[in-house]
Amino acid sequence: MTRIYSALSLFKEGLAGQTGWQPAWRSPEPKPSYGAIVIGGGGHGLATAYYLARNHNISRVAVLEKGWIGGGNTGRNTTVVRSNYYYPESVELYGLAHRLYEGLSRDLNYNVMLSQRGMVNLCHSTAEMEVGARTVNAMQINGIDAELFSPEDVRRVAPIYNFSADARFPVFGGIWQGRAGTARHDAVAWGYARAASRLGVDIIQNCEITDFIIEGGRCRGVQTTRGAIRADRIGMAVAGHSSVLAAKAGFRLPINSYALQACVSEPVKPILDTVVLSPGTGVYVSQSDKGEIVIGGGLDRIPSYAQRGNLPTLETVIAGLLEMFPIFGQLKLMRQWAGIVDVVPDSSPIIGESPLPGLFLNCGWGTGGFKAIPAGGTLLAQLLATGKHNDISRPFDLDRFASGRLIDEAAGSGIAH
Amino acid sequence: MQLFPCPFCGPRDETEFHYGGDAGNARPDGVDVPVGRWADYLYLRTNPKGTAREIWVHMNCGEFFVMERDTVTHTVLSSTALGGENAA
Amino acid sequence: MTASRLATGGSAIDRSRPIRFSFDGATVHGFAGDTIASALLAGDVAVVGRSFKYHRPRGIWGAGVEEPNALVDIGGSVPATPNTRATTEAARDGLVAKSVNATPTALADRNAFRDRFSRFIPAAFYYKTFMWPDWHMFEPRIRAMAGLGKVDTDWTSQGTADQINHHCDVLVVGAGPAGLAAARLASGAGLSVTLVDDQQRPGGSLGHRAGEIDGKPVADWIEETVAELAAAGHLVLSSTTAFGIYDHNLVGLNQRHRDGRPDTLWRVRPRQIVLATGAIERPLPFANNDLPGIMSADAALAYLRRHAVLVGRRIVIATNNDSAYEVAEALATAGAEVTLVDLRRDDTPAGPANVRLIAGRSLAAAQGRLRVQAVTLDDGTRLDADCVLVSGGWSPTIHLFGQARGKLAWSEARAAFLPGDPVDGIAVAGAAAGAVTLSEVFAGAGKAVASRGQTTTAVPRSTGPEATGGILAAWPMPGSRGRVWIDYQNDVTVKDVELAARENFVSVEHLKRYTTLGMATDQGKTSNLPGLALMAGITGRPVPEVGTTTYRPPFTPVPLESFAGARAGELMAPVRRLPLESVHRASGAVFQEYGGWLRPAHYGGNADAQRSIADEARRARRSVALFDGSTLGKIEVIGPKAAEFVDFIYYNTMSTLKPGRCRYGFMLSENGVVFDDGVLVRLDEHRFVVSCSSSHVAAVHARLEEWRQDRFGRGAVYIHNATAEMATLTVSGPNARKLLETLDLGLSLDDADLPHMAVSHGSHAGDEVRIARVSFTGDRSYEISIRADRAEPLWARLRHAGQAFDAVVIGLEALMILRAEKGFIVIGKDTDGTTLPQDLGVEGPRAKRQGEFVGRRSLFTEEASRGDRMQLVGLTVPQGEAPLPTGAHGVRRSDGRLRSQGFVTSSYQSPALGRPVALGLIERGAARHGETIDIQHLGKVSKATIAAPCAFDPAGNRLHA
Repeated sequence: MTRIYSALSLFKEGLAGQTGWQPAWRSPEPKPSYGAIVIGGGGHGLATAYYLARNHNISRVAVLEKGWIGGGNTGRNTTVVRSNYYYPESVELYGLAHRLYEGLSRDLNYNVMLSQRGMVNLCHSTAEMEVGARTVNAMQINGIDAELFSPEDVRRVAPIYNFSADARFPVFGGIWQGRAGTARHDAVAWGYARAASRLGVDIIQNCEITDFIIEGGRCRGVQTTRGAIRADRIGMAVAGHSSVLAAKAGFRLPINSYALQACVSEPVKPILDTVVLSPGTGVYVSQSDKGEIVIGGGLDRIPSYAQRGNLPTLETVIAGLLEMFPIFGQLKLMRQWAGIVDVVPDSSPIIGESPLPGLFLNCGWGTGGFKAIPAGGTLLAQLLATGKHNDISRPFDLDRFASGRLIDEAAGSGIAH
Repeated sequence: MQLFPCPFCGPRDETEFHYGGDAGNARPDGVDVPVGRWADYLYLRTNPKGTAREIWVHMNCGEFFVMERDTVTHTVLSSTALGGENAA
Repeated sequence: MTASRLATGGSAIDRSRPIRFSFDGATVHGFAGDTIASALLAGDVAVVGRSFKYHRPRGIWGAGVEEPNALVDIGGSVPATPNTRATTEAARDGLVAKSVNATPTALADRNAFRDRFSRFIPAAFYYKTFMWPDWHMFEPRIRAMAGLGKVDTDWTSQGTADQINHHCDVLVVGAGPAGLAAARLASGAGLSVTLVDDQQRPGGSLGHRAGEIDGKPVADWIEETVAELAAAGHLVLSSTTAFGIYDHNLVGLNQRHRDGRPDTLWRVRPRQIVLATGAIERPLPFANNDLPGIMSADAALAYLRRHAVLVGRRIVIATNNDSAYEVAEALATAGAEVTLVDLRRDDTPAGPANVRLIAGRSLAAAQGRLRVQAVTLDDGTRLDADCVLVSGGWSPTIHLFGQARGKLAWSEARAAFLPGDPVDGIAVAGAAAGAVTLSEVFAGAGKAVASRGQTTTAVPRSTGPEATGGILAAWPMPGSRGRVWIDYQNDVTVKDVELAARENFVSVEHLKRYTTLGMATDQGKTSNLPGLALMAGITGRPVPEVGTTTYRPPFTPVPLESFAGARAGELMAPVRRLPLESVHRASGAVFQEYGGWLRPAHYGGNADAQRSIADEARRARRSVALFDGSTLGKIEVIGPKAAEFVDFIYYNTMSTLKPGRCRYGFMLSENGVVFDDGVLVRLDEHRFVVSCSSSHVAAVHARLEEWRQDRFGRGAVYIHNATAEMATLTVSGPNARKLLETLDLGLSLDDADLPHMAVSHGSHAGDEVRIARVSFTGDRSYEISIRADRAEPLWARLRHAGQAFDAVVIGLEALMILRAEKGFIVIGKDTDGTTLPQDLGVEGPRAKRQGEFVGRRSLFTEEASRGDRMQLVGLTVPQGEAPLPTGAHGVRRSDGRLRSQGFVTSSYQSPALGRPVALGLIERGAARHGETIDIQHLGKVSKATIAAPCAFDPAGNRLHA
């Protein structure tokens, strides 16, 4: 049986008909109790389980997934990885994730194809350039790589952008993060699942939480479609469904759920090397290693749990895309889908103990959870293992809403609320 | 494209509407409101999966109203003008 | 030659109109009515492309939208479009087609060698390698192989794509027998009908399958039905694909045109949808089943009857169902030598007389290199063939039903998923519902329409030979010998699915993502079901337990252009324009966009902008400046509770304002953050005007409405946004009053009658003007508001009268300098989304106000009371230094690391002071006046000293000068 992934093992397996590979992760029956339970088999949940085992030596862990692992937002996003944030708290959090991503393939022995081809956030006016400078300076001060791009710099990385004189959103420059890029989203979930499973974590698919077991005011386990499973430490990382589980646990969260759409064009030969975001259109775009143009935009403005694309937002997003890249007008839309994102008033995640003792939260990542998976996992694992915050996660505790100390990146960029 | 029934204008495209939050999230007045209660009002949401009771505004006519709808199937169950003089 | 054009026949082609186009550089001849694929087949072009991963040669598979293989980049006489399906694209004179993913040609692709390494690069191999030293080392080469077609970088749009909203009682999707019958019945019931079909000609399978309806040949029946629908005024669209069913049953249609126009997007909102979308023929599993020359049997019949193309001379047809028998007979009749291999031993129909039937056998493998040359049966028999046709059964086209959340039901008898429980407003008819015979089809069509009204039209009756629906499922089997393809475009074989199962990727969504099965441009129309049936076989589960992947729009790829439609430039993101824009342009104004408004940045052309701006700012302080401030918000708040209302809305107490007076104040959000600032004017006891920031007018108006309806009601307060109705022209500077006095506006400008922060009314040319003494420059200023359509003569008079005072017309950039000299803030520029009123030095209301107001409670949170909040300050630089860069941060070191302590929000060279001025938000700034701090910008550090925000005329004497 082949356990280690490498070019050599692929070659050997090639000679043997690729028949010696093991399951990437085991699918055991759930046990009646565990040291810790992680609800949600997406990137964050699987990463939490992996780091519980690896960093804290807690391997009696179950990941409970109501469907198939990686089937939520982990498998529905536009795969952008970046840490170009403004506030020091955000920089610490996303910076940790970014650094972990950079070593993740080797750490997990699973190629997640982190492709650091850079990302430019365009600036369309003098005012946006001033905010761009403010952001770049903040990033540099906080130790994150960033450059303030001139129009010529933007032209160098995205020559097919609409640089015509009458462009609706002309380029005054941009915020460049060279270490930003994309990663293969499914591979992140599968890589964590495989690595966690090999450390003893039980990954239970098709196992939906029906209720929490609450005894003496503490969360002691969960009722599931596959029976009761007990543990004294339970983490939930169920993006898009956080409010639903919170309601079962008896509390509310500062969250509204919205559909975020994405779509891809038919695959074409390489034409766009970097990730480009335009604040004017709200559209961000990259080209995958398969050749598809991957397109994301704003949220559907209607709270929803329906994981499906909608026409009005799609039309707006594509109109924005063609404003940025007119030659994409010759392309065709191949697939359109949506994920449900948990939107928090300050658009920063919630990490910390919930109002129900013993139940810990990792939620509220909004549209940006994918890029944070390694950090979300690391920090929730530490909370579950020790009951205490890491310094990086403390500012993101639920208590910030009462204290008023929100971490609002949009506020930092001068957007009044 | 969903069709939302404005109580004043009838069924209109979803793009004409703006979501205004949970219905029944009454504002607690005063500086003595406990900070937790104030934070609840400001930030906590029911966010149900299924039937939701929400405030919406039809931006074309400017009127706010209550709409009940299913957040999974997107079926609209009812829409009602706000109380008081608007109820007529 | 093997495939060829017959001398006669072909219902779709017009032999009197020959056409010529090129494929991979070679000339191809055809006729009007040909598709690119039919013309290529007529010219015996076997290899039309290369697969994505292994660069295997690919031939034409089908004759419709399900085509996985025959993709071409087209251009020449038609707009450039990559990845176009040759099977649905009309052949046109002068068209240039190029195979995709092949260099230089499909036939001689230099990357064909990759196939030899296929055993080392199975499904998902890339997750298992390229990790050392780093993926970045490998990615460029992998990436260079990505994609199929090429983007034409010289492409330009041929015009705006039309978008049409359409309503009807019944939308029938598909103009095959079921669709035509349903449309006719609905018409007979008095309903308005729209019938759409993705083919160039209506008829669907009737276009090439034999039959008789109501005693007429099918061709006549189709023509008659369409003519009847048209005559009754119904809309019939051909070359139009229903690609998506969205919320509340909105259907998206993609209509293609032949004249180079961009495709039209239709948004149809029918009361009832009838899906008569037919079925798609499946391939059969055998080794090398991907070779060029192996085709869908039904497609071969379509090419024969529609285009008079005989796809081979020695044809082997492999089948597991009855539908191939008609194909076999027709091809044999057309002159081919046909062997029909039916894997069923029993219950097969009688073989046609002109066909050799081998029952109870299936294909084991195909032989050939660039095209099929022979097949081997499972008993080892070898049959030579220049073309192999396969029919693995039919998958109902239930994609749209699935998109509409329709649940599917597995039918063992049909070996297919059929529509399950009905969905509101959607009926499925014909082959899409699993019907096989025309009688079944018509019965289904009748039912689909029945619920909508009494029809006066009789359900059509099939009077010709009927198809039969016998089938024995033939799914790919685990352990198959050789390489058996499932997904042709993405190169997914049986072994890849087995590998996925071995590695626990057994969920159908995992299978799809791990192997890329069904993720190609055809979205798995021919491959999904065989793939998941194989997974069922491997894992010992029934097919329905494995389930299908989610059906997502679009059903077929839709041009991005048609989604955008007219939304381009200002139609995509409109700008707001000043009433006097043309006047300013004539004066040499250079316009820029500020908060959604197009406004003069400065005058004097683009040549030396900085100098013009400085000159405007300097001259404004010297004598008098004229400024178009029409963008300023003017929202009227009227009613018996207006005073109570503005008290609630504003941070400052406003009800104490006397009529005729103005007061500056903040509006907060409920989280306490300063949302807007501006002057409130009290016109009389019950009437106020909210002057909000230009870019916030819509948002402020919405907030006022929200609070009015939430807390006050219509009888108490009425709100009217008059911003666009009035222009506001500002006269500012030491000579402002003198200038105005020359205009004789019919009011006293005496400071006793019109002091600072007062409002008065006069008239100009018979129109009322409102004059407010409000200053954003620090100089004596008059804001004159007048009906927008009467503003131009007043502006002309101001300019004319201004000549005597050396008046200067200033743009927004100069105004920004003037206000920054005074330390006046711009919300969103000198504040951010965390700024509370006390951070701007306005502590009074927080400390003293008793009444309730928006955001009040949030001013007393832990965060609001922190000692290290960022506060508004002025910043000065050492003598002789340039202005600080806006966006630079104040920095300090603590705990050994650099930290931001705030940033520069506004920074200019002040002509009046002869030195730079700057504003910033700095931690504890209000208490640190005089302190010098480090300022960092793009890695460079300089010094600045914290000062009061106001740098010019701090005593405010000039307001009254």
